[in-house]
Amino acid sequence: MNLSSVFVTTFLAAAVEVIEMVIIVVGVGAVRGWRSTWLGAAAGLAVLVVLVLALGTTLTLIPIGALRLVVGSLLLVFGLQWLRKGISRVSVNGLRGMGTRSASAEGIPDHGVDWTAFVLSFKGVLLEGLEIALLVVSFGATAQAFPTAILGAAAAVLVIAGAGLLARGVVERIPRSALQLLVGTLLSSFGTFWAVEGLGVAWPGGDAAILALVGWYVLAAAGYIGWLRQRAFKLVPLNAR
Amino acid sequence: MILSWLHCMGTAILGWLQQFGRFWYRFIIGDDWTVAATVAAALAATWLLHMAAVAAWWLPPLAAVAAVGASLRRVSR
Repeated sequence: MNLSSVFVTTFLAAAVEVIEMVIIVVGVGAVRGWRSTWLGAAAGLAVLVVLVLALGTTLTLIPIGALRLVVGSLLLVFGLQWLRKGISRVSVNGLRGMGTRSASAEGIPDHGVDWTAFVLSFKGVLLEGLEIALLVVSFGATAQAFPTAILGAAAAVLVIAGAGLLARGVVERIPRSALQLLVGTLLSSFGTFWAVEGLGVAWPGGDAAILALVGWYVLAAAGYIGWLRQRAFKLVPLNAR
Repeated sequence: MILSWLHCMGTAILGWLQQFGRFWYRFIIGDDWTVAATVAAALAATWLLHMAAVAAWWLPPLAAVAAVGASLRRVSR
């Protein structure tokens, strides 16, 4: 493997992980607020740096499967809560509803740290960061080209995280109910993927299975919204229509 | 004085533990425990099927959507 192919391979492999990390951080930040989300991301990054500095190439000893199972299961159960709330709200208010709802009404504390945002962001950054570090270690060791592998991964982080920061403004313009539904769908998809992978079960199509999972949860959400609307319509007395 | 300090510390630690427990309860269970229970059961069943050499990647997404549907049905009644 020559240096340019090590760079491209590490860049592409790391880019997949960074996309997942950025989606979680931007989605959670847009729904729950940025301060605690950034704090969680910074704490996750700090733990990651300590782990990388302390363990170096022995990073592969970390039981990544168990970590995927724990983080994935937690993201899945939390993502399903948001998915359920998003479906209920969109079925009642439509995609434009809830735009002016206050933060405290959403259970987001006015002061101090919002631990929900902190934990979601922390876990996303730590797990994905560890996966990137493991990619660097495995590609770097195989090709005996650690600096190039590190450069490839760093480039992926800069490009994708930069794109995520630019997309922040666009994401914040999405109405709150639709955003909660969207982020719930994404958290459920990532959570399902990681939890099942953590059990040692292989997904058909590898990482591409995440896209199929997103499609599955979007279809399910659309079906449930339609069903709830139909049900609500049937419950309205004829003379009230 | 030491006793009152210990009492204060005990109360503070107890309060913190209560908050910590409440946070994780809300994070995992939320307002419907059946969703988290279904996910846990589905993951356990997936692992058992995997141990029996059966590909069961389809089970958790199916169970998750079914659990959300059942929860929505209960709420909308």
